[in-house]
Order: sequence, then C-alpha cells, then structure tokens
Amino acid sequence: MRITKSRVARAITAAVAVGLIATGCSSERDSDNKSDGAKDTFVFAGAGDPGSLDPALASDGETFRVTRQAFEALLEHESGGTKLVGGLAETWSSNDEGTVWTFNLRKGVKFHDGEAFNAAAVCANYDHWFNWTGTYQSSAVSYYWQTIMGGFAKNEDKETPEANYKSCTAKDENTAVIEVKKPSANLPGGFSLNALAIHSPKALAEYKKQDASAKGDAITYPKYSQEAGTVAGTGPYKITKWNKGNKEVTLQRFDGYWGEKAKIKNLVFRTIDTEEGRRQALQAGDIDGYDLVAPADVKTLEDQGYVVPTRGVFNLFYVGMSQSANKALKKKEVRQAIAQAIDKENLVKTQLPEGGKVADQFMPDTIAGYSKNVTKYPFDTAAAKGLLKKAGEEKLEIEFCYPTEVTRPYMPAPQDLFELMKADLEKAGITVKPKAMKWAPDYLDATEAGSCALHMLGWTGDFNDGYNFIGTWFAEYDKQWGFKDKKVFDAVNAGSKLGKADERVAAYEKANEAIMDYLPGVPISSSPPAIAFAKNVNPPAVSPLTQEVFSEASFK
Amino acid sequence: MLRLVVRRLLQLIPTLLGLSVLLFLWLDRLPGGPASAILGEKATEAEVARINRALGLDQPVYVQYWRFLKRIFELDLGTSTQTGQPVWDEFVLRFPATVELSLLAILIAVAVGVPLGYFAARNRGGWLDVTAVSGSLVGICIPVFFLALILKQIFAVQLGIFPSYGRQDTGINATDVTGFAVLDGILTGEFDASWNAITHLILPSVALASIPLAVIVRMTRASVLEVQDEDYVRTAEAKGLKRSVVRGRHVLRNAMLPVVTAVGLLTGSLLSGAVLTESVFSFGGIGSFIRTAIDARDYPVLVGFIMFIALVYVLINLLVDLAYSLIDPRVRVH
Repeated sequence: MRITKSRVARAITAAVAVGLIATGCSSERDSDNKSDGAKDTFVFAGAGDPGSLDPALASDGETFRVTRQAFEALLEHESGGTKLVGGLAETWSSNDEGTVWTFNLRKGVKFHDGEAFNAAAVCANYDHWFNWTGTYQSSAVSYYWQTIMGGFAKNEDKETPEANYKSCTAKDENTAVIEVKKPSANLPGGFSLNALAIHSPKALAEYKKQDASAKGDAITYPKYSQEAGTVAGTGPYKITKWNKGNKEVTLQRFDGYWGEKAKIKNLVFRTIDTEEGRRQALQAGDIDGYDLVAPADVKTLEDQGYVVPTRGVFNLFYVGMSQSANKALKKKEVRQAIAQAIDKENLVKTQLPEGGKVADQFMPDTIAGYSKNVTKYPFDTAAAKGLLKKAGEEKLEIEFCYPTEVTRPYMPAPQDLFELMKADLEKAGITVKPKAMKWAPDYLDATEAGSCALHMLGWTGDFNDGYNFIGTWFAEYDKQWGFKDKKVFDAVNAGSKLGKADERVAAYEKANEAIMDYLPGVPISSSPPAIAFAKNVNPPAVSPLTQEVFSEASFK
Repeated sequence: MLRLVVRRLLQLIPTLLGLSVLLFLWLDRLPGGPASAILGEKATEAEVARINRALGLDQPVYVQYWRFLKRIFELDLGTSTQTGQPVWDEFVLRFPATVELSLLAILIAVAVGVPLGYFAARNRGGWLDVTAVSGSLVGICIPVFFLALILKQIFAVQLGIFPSYGRQDTGINATDVTGFAVLDGILTGEFDASWNAITHLILPSVALASIPLAVIVRMTRASVLEVQDEDYVRTAEAKGLKRSVVRGRHVLRNAMLPVVTAVGLLTGSLLSGAVLTESVFSFGGIGSFIRTAIDARDYPVLVGFIMFIALVYVLINLLVDLAYSLIDPRVRVH
C-alpha cells in the first residue's frame, strides 16, 4: 500500500515537472514567428485538403489554391480581374487560324530548385504531359490537359479524346512556339490554367521516375505529388511541407522570385471542412483568413471588424430541366412557364450576397460573348398559368431535386433557394415533388444521369472565354438536359472553331440567343462569393476566378 | 489463459469475413460512386464511365469482393479514391490522433466518473448523489456534437483559452516520430509541442467524454450500491477490518467488474464514434476521414477502416476479458 502511495506521489511529481518544463521551456526549433513579435506566418483555411502538389494532376480548387502560389503558367490573369496578361511569357501571339502560338518568355526567371527557366523548359513540360501513358491518361488524373489539349501522343483508351496538341518548339532561349492541330476556344485561356503551369525540368526528370498506378480500385498518385521536396515551380512561394495529419501545407517565401517578393515569409493552408468551423477559427484568432464564407455570416463578420471582400461575378446558377425525366418538359410552353413562374429578383434580393445579379442567359455579363438581345422571360405568374393551359399541362406534377449539406460559390443555401422556387412554381399551379439528395456523389450522379426533371446547379469559369460556360452544357447531347437541337449545338460549336477571340465573341452572342430561344433551362443568377480576413490583414486582390495570389497579402 | 486468447483470436476470422461481406453488400446498395465525387460539377457520363472502368467499379460486386479478399491476403488494403494513397498509410497517419483523443476522453471519464459514482453511492440520497445522477442524465441526453460546438464557442472563440481546431498549432514544426503528437514531444524533448497537442486535445476529449462519463458514473454508483450490501462486506466489517480496506478491497474491487466491461466497450466505441467531434474540431483522425470517405464513396477506405476498427474493438474486448481475470480470479478458473 505504501509502495502504491509512493508511486502515485512520484507520478504526480513527474506530471507537474513535465507541465512546468512544457510551459516554461522555449523550443530550439525554428519558429514561424519573429522574435520581435511581428507575425510572419499567414494562415488561410480552405474547405478541403489539396489532392496533389503537382497541379497537372489536379482539377479541384483546393489544390489550385495551394499550387497557384508556387507554380506559374505562361499566361496569368490580371490581379483581381479576368483579363489575360503575361505570366512566364511576357507577350504572346498566334497565327490567324489560332493554331500556332508564340510566347516571348520572361528573362531572369529561376525555378525553386535553382534551374533556369527558358523555352526548353516550357517544351519539356508540354511534351511531358503529351507523352503521358497508363494511368496518367485517366481523366481523373489529367482532366485539364484533356480538356484543353485533347488526348496524348498515343491514346490507350478509345474514348480518350483525340490529341489537339501537335508540338512545342524552343525557337530560341526565350521563344517557345506551341502548335495545335485545330483552333480551339480553350486557347489562349487554357495557357493560363495552373494545371498547365511550368515545372523545373530537373523536377520533371524526377517525376518521370515515379508512376501513377491504377492498382486495386483506385488511382495511386506518385509519391512526389504527395510530399514536399521534389516539386519545383517559379512562384513567389515554394512548398516546404505537407503535414497531412495536421491537415496543413506550408509554403515559404522564394527569395529568388523574379517579380515582387512575397510580403509575408510563411504561408500555411489549413483544412477546416465546415463553414462554421472556419468562421469560429477566424474569430478565435487561430487563422488569418478563410474562403467559402456563408452569405449569412458576411454582415456579422463585417460588423465585428473583419475584412470581407466579395469577388467579382464570374459564375452562373441555373435551374436545369431534364426532358428525358419528364416528357412535359419537351414542350417549350412548359419550359417557358417554369421560367416565368420563378421570381429571380426575389431570389437574388433575399438569398444572394450583395452584388448578386439576375441572369438572363447561361453566361454572366462579365464574359465577352454575353448578348443583350436574348429572349427574356420575365416573372409573370399569370402568364405562366396561361402557358401551361396552352400546353395542356394545367395539372403538371414535376420532381425537383436539390442538394443538401453543400454550399457552392454560385449557390449559397441551396435549400432556401429551393423552397422559394417551389413556392413560386406552386403559385403557377405546378405540383412540385421535392427530392433532397446528398451533394456528392448522389446529387451529382442523379443530375448528370438526367434523372432529375428539375434541379439546381451552376458553374464558376476557369478563364474568360464564353465557351467555358456554354460549351460545358450545350455543345452536344447531354443527359443532364436530355434534348437534341441541332440549331443550338451548331451555334455553340460555331464559336469554338474560330481562332480569333473577337470573332468568337460574336459567335457566342448568337449562341446565347439560340440557347435562350430554345430555353433548355432557367438561368437564375450570378453571385459574388465572399472571402474573409482577420482585422489586421491587408488582403490580396480578390479574384473573380478565385485565383488569389497570397504574396500580395500583408499584416497591418 | 492462452486457450482463451487463441480462441478469441480465431473467432476474429469469421467475424471479419462476415463484416466484409456485409460492408460490400451495403456499399453496393449505396447510390452513386466515387467518379462524380472526384469530378464534381464537371462530371459527364463518358468521364464517369471511364473513371469507373479505371477503378474496376464497372465489375459485378462479387468480382470486386473477390479482388478485395485476394488483396487482403497480400496485405494490401487498396488505395483511397480521395487521396490516391494506400489505405494502410491513411490509417496509420490518422489512427494515432483518434487513439490520443479516445484515450484522453476515457481517462477523463474514468478519473471523474468512478470517484463520482462511488461517492454518490456512499452518500445515497444526498446532494452529491442527486447532482451526479441528474448530471449524468444530462450528459447522456446532450448530443456530443452540440456539446462540442458549445465548448468551442465558449472556450475557444469567446474566452480564447483553448485552440479552436486541429491537433497542433500552425508553425509548431514538431518532429514526427510515432504519429502520437503528445508522445513524440516527450520522446524528442520538444515538451512545448507535447503541451500544445494536449491543449488541442482538451475540448474535443471533454466533449467526447460526456457520454462515457455519464455511463460510468451511473454504473459505478449502481454497482457500489449493490456490492456494499453483500454478505461478504458485512462479514469483513464484522471481522473488524479497517473501513478503508473494506471499501477498497471488498467494495470497490468487486464493484469495478461491470465498470471494467463498460470501459472496454466504451473505449472501442470511442474509436469509431469520434466522427462528429473530430469534424467539429477539424481534428485529423479516422472519424473525420470516414465522414469524408462516405461523402466521396471512397469504398476502399470505408471497408479498410471499418474492418480495422472492428479488429481493434475485438482486441480491446479481449483485453477487457483478460483484465477481468486479473480482478476476479474466479474467471480464470472458469
């Protein structure tokens, strides 16, 4: 018994000692904050973990948010805008057909591993992607390469799109020429994607030694893309650590950066997967900023003194109609009745953040190609009733799917949006059968398969080209919409075949008019998503494309 | 004793096989698949079909199951469709966080619950008893995630005493040896890192401890009340043994038998039940990863993690049985 007591006493003494040491001792490890008390680590919270440190293998925003700070593409977008500007290429031009693209490269640029940036490096990257084999040809791995450049040197799957990339030539040290087989609406915008950012040739040689593999029932990403150390770009920050257990990626200022150096030494991206968790972490002072702010939190945070800028409008929210799920939707009068039954102004006024706009076509008005001459379908319940009567569908019953547990930049509070639209449709005499579904994969699967007669979805643009919006939905038959209309498809594809951007703009305007004449669904709104920062932060210019460059941020 | 251990370990085989069949049947009935979760809004019919083919998900469920069994025998649990990393690596990365959280939660529950239950029984009908009984009822009734949110709002956001999320502060740059943040700090002499990890553990573990604490209080109280009226306790007192010896050796030791069983079961359930608490505190353990795996239909992770949790659960219960035999020698005889 005495022995036990003695052990307890020793254990308590030891615990107290550990506590004293722990609280009293100062670590000899590197500290992320300066000894003078000034902060030099900026912590930003996103909603999900990045998938890869190599942006070429990614297609999601959380990955690009991290990699954008470390990798740069040939072209970039102006800070806080959607206009294409020089990135690693100072200037660029193309031939009349839009098949030969010449890039005059920036001089004096170094990669994080000390390698020099030049035309050979650019071609090494494009040829690396073009020659991908095996699992790299899966669209889950190389989505953006396939979207912008088609397939590969040797397609291994008959359904992989035909390659549009032809070659890359280093004409001289600072001039790279990229040739494609056919003009594409995805160019030059595609050259600005972070998925096509330029990596160090030395790093590429390492990448080639490691393979992605499809073993078992998933794709295994190569090791270099899952831990810091190998990847090397030219950006203002270099990736130094990915602590998956603590859900954080750490980046450090790259002192050899060719442009204006980052103002804050360390940048950390952490994952906090709930909106509420991110807001509370900001309020607790544990982070310096976060994305995907709930519209309901914007005013609260502003009132408390936080900096909550809203991004420019670059997305579109719509109500989709699947004609294969409900035959009544094949009648234009029915589609028009639904369009006129929904009070879009009210939705924008009550559900969207400040700056939200009513949409009258499947493209926000900030995109070149937006037409002022599309057919409009103003809110009019009586007219909607009349149209249903004319179509012989006065007792129309329709299923309306909506997602749960999700907020998208274009669709804050989906359930509230649904409830308002349901009430509008019921006022016009339509019986709505609600169907709530979990966002991923249930809801996305159902909408993609065309099994939801009415559903809510949207899109945030990758770059400023109209085809990035209308081409996504209406270039060909798509189960989501379940219609075949040659006039619409031809009008949409007409623009994609033109090499000159200004010629494409006129074609997109006509395409928008054709789409809205046909009315495959109801464009509802475009909204500016908000991003929040701590009171002591001078935030970076916020980007409509959600492409913030954190090297611009500083502490007050 | 050895026979008991061997028998229980052999029982694991049919248990895990049965569980794996049930899991596969359940996953087969779930709508959707990982392809649209990977592609999001960009999913098209052709893209989804290509990804399903690449992942082998276009095969019948029995083919997928057979492939899974073959891999198990090769000690390969497959690859996460979310992260593209081996399931085993993902498990090893996250399991220490959940173990730390669960152990601290059960430690709090036992350290507070056993004395509270004991003294409540000793003072039956008194203010301590009434408080303990009604308090434990509240503890059982309050949803854990709700308690977690309240604790976070008060102690992290408003008072700023504890961190609001994660396992360690950003920039702590702790050396990773075992994956157990507290232990690693002690092993490497980085005591501030250990302390930092402890401060991150307190709020989630208090929230997580609420239900086990309530169960242990009530169970200890009931058990002590039952045991203290037993004949052998009266006999011991009549023999003139010291009151502290009677209480410690005869009352508490015998009253602990059902409590030990409960602690074993509760520890097992904590390992799998920290899903919501981990999500609220963005704590990178297996609970929050399972939640995202369900969203993403990450079948290999769901099957692998649930099988592992089942294995751990069975092993913990085996340990409980062994502990039982130490506390009560009659168990060894039988």
